[in-house]
Amino acid sequence: MATFTLPKNSTVKDGKAHRAPSGAKNVKSFRIYRWDPDSGENPRTDTYEIDLDQCGPMVLDALIKIKNEVDSTLTFRRSCREGICGSCSMNIDGLNTLACLKPIEEVKGDVRISPLPHMPVVKDLVPDLSQIYAQLRSVEPWLKADSPPPPDGERLQSKEERAKLDGLWECILCFCCSTACPSYWWNGDRYLGPAVLLQAYRWIADSRDEATGERLDALEDPFKLYRCHTIMNCTRTCPKGLNPAQAIGEIKKLMVERQG
Amino acid sequence: MADTAPTLRTLRSPLGRVRGLGAARGGTHHWWMQRVTSIALLPLTLWLVFSLAGMPDSTWQEATSWIGRPFNAVLLLAFLAAAFHHTAAGLQVVIEDYLRPELARMGAILAVKGACALLWLAATLAVLRIAV
Repeated sequence: MATFTLPKNSTVKDGKAHRAPSGAKNVKSFRIYRWDPDSGENPRTDTYEIDLDQCGPMVLDALIKIKNEVDSTLTFRRSCREGICGSCSMNIDGLNTLACLKPIEEVKGDVRISPLPHMPVVKDLVPDLSQIYAQLRSVEPWLKADSPPPPDGERLQSKEERAKLDGLWECILCFCCSTACPSYWWNGDRYLGPAVLLQAYRWIADSRDEATGERLDALEDPFKLYRCHTIMNCTRTCPKGLNPAQAIGEIKKLMVERQG
Repeated sequence: MADTAPTLRTLRSPLGRVRGLGAARGGTHHWWMQRVTSIALLPLTLWLVFSLAGMPDSTWQEATSWIGRPFNAVLLLAFLAAAFHHTAAGLQVVIEDYLRPELARMGAILAVKGACALLWLAATLAVLRIAV
């Protein structure tokens, strides 16, 4: 059966509290999931009180401030701090999103932060994404064509053909959607998940690609594709405003279309 | 745990594990028929509910003669086929979602399909014996 409760050594306990400096007027509490594989201890929730008057507007600003000034052991991924690299995806206030795009003021009460749900944790807010990267590779997300490109230039698309890729190419592979999907939680070892299926559809929808049938063949599977039950968590959580559920629906329509 | 080395269950690469046994090249028919039967069940269920609601005090004779009319019998048979197909398909999805390991999953799916098939045959036979 799918496991609905955490094993004993994964139960999250209350951790340390770091108080705001005296004299701080605009204080916000950040309750952050901490786990260190080397300590042998259970995960814990540490509380950091931050003076928002001395901090940037986004959740990532607060995390960087904590790491720089309060607790250098706090571990998280970040790079571009402007919503294009997809590194700082995490669960903030119950919703998967990018810490760099999430304004602190949007969160009422304490800011609760944990890693992307249901992925193995490497440390603190860093999930192990090796399986999902392998799943991305398995759909071969690159242009496949037998026709050689024109000798004097690039492969051309009409404006209409190019427009079909809008809403697909913008995905930054932060995996907020896949890790928000209950179907991916229960069957992530076989179900590809919304992020990877959106990437697969990005190449199915590309007019320059000549491997559409082969791509559909590789997806036609009760688990790889059909674990999607249109729950729509993916679309709700996407920090880039994309619609993976619709992309999956388009794949299913093509599957039916080619049968009859 | 800090004092014990983690046990490696597999050294197979993530890509090898993800590719696994490959795509089953199936599932589309199952998914499509689930949609088709659910759409078919919309008018069929409405017809059945309104028909039954319209004869609350009917006698055994009245009920059997209602079933015996070809129009009603055909729609009843269609309803039974769609309803049991839809039930089996839906329960199969639930089992595939939640049940482990493989053997239990396969056994449960076969049991559900068998039970639905037997119930469908029994119900169909009942309608036919009255109608034919």
